[in-house]
Amino acid sequence: MDHMSPIERWLRGIALTVVVLFFMFPIFWIVLMSLQTNETILRSPPSMVFEPTFGNYVAIIAGRLDSNVASMGIAFMDNLWNSILLSVGSVAVALLLGVPAAYAFARHKFRGSEEVAFTLLSFRFAPPLLVLLPLSLYFQQIGLANTYLGLIWVYQLICLPLILWIVRGYFEDISPDLEHAYRIAGHSWLSTFRRIALPLAGPGIAAAGLLAFIFAWNNFIFALVLASADKQPVTVGALAFVTASGIQYGQIAAAIVLSIAPTLALALYAQRYLVEGLSLGAVKG
Amino acid sequence: MAAASDISIPRRRFAVSRRLLPYLLSLPALLVCIAILIPFFTAVYYSLQRFRLSQPWNRGMNWGENYLNFLTDPDFWNTLQVSLTYAFLTVGLELLLGLGIALLLKKRTRLNNFISIMLLMPLMTAPALAALMWKLMTNPNFGILSYFAAQLGFPDFRWGSSPDTALFTVVLVDIWVYTPFIMILLLAGLRSLPTQPFEAAALDGVPRFQQFWRITLPMLMPYILTASLFRLLDSIQQFDIIYAMTQGGPGDTLMVFQVEAYLNFFQSTNVGRSAALLMILWVITYFLSNIFIKNWLRLRERARGEV
Repeated sequence: MDHMSPIERWLRGIALTVVVLFFMFPIFWIVLMSLQTNETILRSPPSMVFEPTFGNYVAIIAGRLDSNVASMGIAFMDNLWNSILLSVGSVAVALLLGVPAAYAFARHKFRGSEEVAFTLLSFRFAPPLLVLLPLSLYFQQIGLANTYLGLIWVYQLICLPLILWIVRGYFEDISPDLEHAYRIAGHSWLSTFRRIALPLAGPGIAAAGLLAFIFAWNNFIFALVLASADKQPVTVGALAFVTASGIQYGQIAAAIVLSIAPTLALALYAQRYLVEGLSLGAVKG
Repeated sequence: MAAASDISIPRRRFAVSRRLLPYLLSLPALLVCIAILIPFFTAVYYSLQRFRLSQPWNRGMNWGENYLNFLTDPDFWNTLQVSLTYAFLTVGLELLLGLGIALLLKKRTRLNNFISIMLLMPLMTAPALAALMWKLMTNPNFGILSYFAAQLGFPDFRWGSSPDTALFTVVLVDIWVYTPFIMILLLAGLRSLPTQPFEAAALDGVPRFQQFWRITLPMLMPYILTASLFRLLDSIQQFDIIYAMTQGGPGDTLMVFQVEAYLNFFQSTNVGRSAALLMILWVITYFLSNIFIKNWLRLRERARGEV
């Protein structure tokens, strides 16, 4: 396996280059676009030589786009804020509800626990619209339509099963002996959970939280169905922005870059956790 | 709560609170999920009704009529066909590509690790935003891919806006986003395989090509199965990429289940038909997810046994 013929080494090199080009090029190109004015974007043939400008980002962050024809308001920063609020809120709620439940499922095999855990997991795989469409009618009746609270609740559909299953796996991997010893030494259940179990499962909780955040951030369909313009996250907002701004391609590109930057940065920062989380613990990386 | 105050209570009450504890701990999570079950049953109920938001006076039970109508409804068969084509095309191609890339990156060198981290980036991009990125790149006026296509002799390559190439375009975006997922899973699988069989095969002079078919592939099979089932489950429900790219168009070229159901509900306000469509999709995913969960648990047990 270790000795490769020169031809094989070449072929591998070429194949890897093609792979990297295919997967990296779109991100690279959108970043380039976001640094150009509309005039340089529309040049033909396209060229990588241009004078970079931060005008698109300035317009989005300031919320105003002044052109020689007219001036237009951009509400994209609101979308960004909504994304942060919804994702952080959903993960916080999911951790609060999910971690104790995961601990219960891992430590106490109570009657029906397996069935319940399975049912929760199967939520992850049901078509989201099946729940969302009736919910959109209910939400209007009970006043949860277009509220952060209602959205964060629905986001539990993706966050909670994820946290439950990943964290449960971590708790199961930790031997309960340490907890028993601590209990026998006279500590309460709560302090055992807080001082022993939680810190030991820390990496798993971090991985699950991170992954839940990314899934919540990237979600599109929940807010598309349940939120109006003022509560929409970036995924839905960007689509509306494309329709509204029409030909402001530079700003669209800048908006996309701002929307994907947080998850990409998180992914690169914590990639080790991600791999384990993504496989739901099926593969120990 | 019960947990905080049970240090000094007598043994018997301690035992009771111990038995209640797991229920108390999992109750909040369960309540949130049970509340979500209500709309699910509502959807079942809707699917058995003649129910249009625009004609509330006409609402009533029609039992299986929505489902029966599907049998003679060409739109339904188109939806089923497009969804299945999309799912099998994306998963098949992603599996081939993901396996190929995982094999290329198998050795733990610094470069390989760096590349596998970089390849996480498309996977972390929101699929809806990924579709918008590709939409910009395939714009007929300035899109770089339209330019490349023209250079290659396809000046009129219309990508997502032509019925001939729309499926190709969204499949391409799906491949861009999700191939890294399969790659990561298979790479972790490859790297966790025991080395002895390979060493023995090398000693016996088994050609590398045969090693792949006879040793690597069979040993990797559980991982391949888990990864493809997982992707199949997601892919047959794909909404984000297709909706953001073409909203199911042009015409009905890309009317997959969830897009069709969404448009039925919000545009033609035919709630009954929309719910029935989603129920059929649910039955498909339910079967797939049961197979998947069984496979995945078996794999998890194995991974745990080897640690």
